[in-house]
Amino acid sequence: MTPADIRDEILDILEDIAPDEDLGELKDEVAFREQLELDSMDFLDIVMELRKRHRVQVPEEDYGELASMHSTVTYLTPLMKDLQKA
Amino acid sequence: MYDTIIIGAGMSGLAAGIRLAHFDQRVCILERHYTIGGLNSFYRLGGRDYDVGLHAVTNFTPKGAKKGPLARLLRQLRFKWEDFALAPQVGSTIAFPDVQLHFGNGLELLEAEIASKFPAQKDAFQQLLTKIIDYDDLDEDNFGGSTREVLSETISDPLLVEMLLCPLMWYGNAREHDMDFGQFCIMFRSIFMEGFARPFNGVRLILKNLVRRFRSLGGELKLRSGVERIKVEDGKAVGVVLDSGEELEGRKILSSAGLVETIRLCEDITEADPQQAGQMSFTESISILDKPPKQIGFDRTIVFYNDSDSFHWEKPSDSLCDMRTGVICSPNNYLYDESDGDLPDGVIRITTIADSDRWSVLPEDEYKLEKLRWYDRTIASAVRFIPDFRGHVVDTDMFTPNTIRRFTWHDNGAVYGAPEKRLDGTTHLPNLFLCGTDQGFVGIIGSIVSGISIANQHCLRD
Repeated sequence: MTPADIRDEILDILEDIAPDEDLGELKDEVAFREQLELDSMDFLDIVMELRKRHRVQVPEEDYGELASMHSTVTYLTPLMKDLQKA
Repeated sequence: MYDTIIIGAGMSGLAAGIRLAHFDQRVCILERHYTIGGLNSFYRLGGRDYDVGLHAVTNFTPKGAKKGPLARLLRQLRFKWEDFALAPQVGSTIAFPDVQLHFGNGLELLEAEIASKFPAQKDAFQQLLTKIIDYDDLDEDNFGGSTREVLSETISDPLLVEMLLCPLMWYGNAREHDMDFGQFCIMFRSIFMEGFARPFNGVRLILKNLVRRFRSLGGELKLRSGVERIKVEDGKAVGVVLDSGEELEGRKILSSAGLVETIRLCEDITEADPQQAGQMSFTESISILDKPPKQIGFDRTIVFYNDSDSFHWEKPSDSLCDMRTGVICSPNNYLYDESDGDLPDGVIRITTIADSDRWSVLPEDEYKLEKLRWYDRTIASAVRFIPDFRGHVVDTDMFTPNTIRRFTWHDNGAVYGAPEKRLDGTTHLPNLFLCGTDQGFVGIIGSIVSGISIANQHCLRD
């Protein structure tokens, strides 16, 4: 998966978790928390969905890497580059 | 071998099951009763549908609200707001002999009522609000502490203190006399700051959605499957033995049976302390009317009444029920969608505090007689506060602590469980956890959130 594919996949997960949010306006450099009403339960869901859909394990000490879209894609790129796009 | 075995198919067990099954766990929910729901179950009698626990779904927030427990659980369980079909209340009342406080969803009406009926307490009430908003419900260290103390430090008119405590204790306080301040804040938010709502079809709609989702994710639900004991080997739970003798193995066990009730099931514990069980149980007197309640002048959703200036929250000391205080609810008095029309019957439900010990030892014929006797007394007590509807009653039903015990399996039919909550859901065994009432959340939304949060915390991360 390319960084663009990973970004699409994260958007898809966010849509699942927060269907009422308007994700079209999402700014990649700004923390999710500042733009979306996400709490710690929702962050756990991003991790869990990655595991469920792609078998990607994000250890708890790395949860902070998932703060914004940009940091998430950067963090996931090496972990997901060999995966096939669904 | 199951990844997680869940004891109890109430709101919390079903919600936990959905979370775990969604993330591909092999999950089995075991329910002792012949139907799902626990305290929030339903039944059919004489051709009519009844709810067990439901007066109102508390924690109601409108569609689009992103904060609060309702929004959180919809996201976590991947439901749409519309799936719960919640219709907001018309309006509710706290009725004491000389003063009535009306309130609706959101704080506005309550603030205005306090300003007009307790003008000297207006600022004090704002101070109290600050304390409540500042309370962090994720910080478990602040949960204990006397609500009566905090209130009397803030509000100088004891009548207002009693009036604020009355609905909040009625809808979620397992402790007699006083209330944990954390529980008070949670209840205050869920009732006064958020609010009441009800699905047109009652609690069965919510349950049906939860069960359908759980099954569609591959979850197994076994009814009439009481757990006889939890098997323990080398300090770990390894599975359960059912009443039928069947054995199931599980890596983790999540129990909504209650703290004492769960501990008692563990084969490594010889004696669980029944003193820890809750004492507050209720009777519910249900009257079916020949017309909607508003046609006889009753248009409130819920009325919390108390017949003196002090409110007593305690198990009755010398009789089957306490007639001084109660809750009157009409499921008709919600703002249902026009397309739903009216409920088939006019209904008034009245809850009173009851002594479970006394009810549980009555012989069958006396039990029936006492039900009739206390139904009459309950209605007579309630019509001091609302229009007398007795000439319009076409059918009645009444349930008691015995009924609640049958649906919930809680000691004493304790509606809100044990006074000491186990907020983190842990037990003496490293892979046995509690969810539901005794983990600290009450109400329909609260118990669903409890199942979700305990599943997330203890059963999902590895």
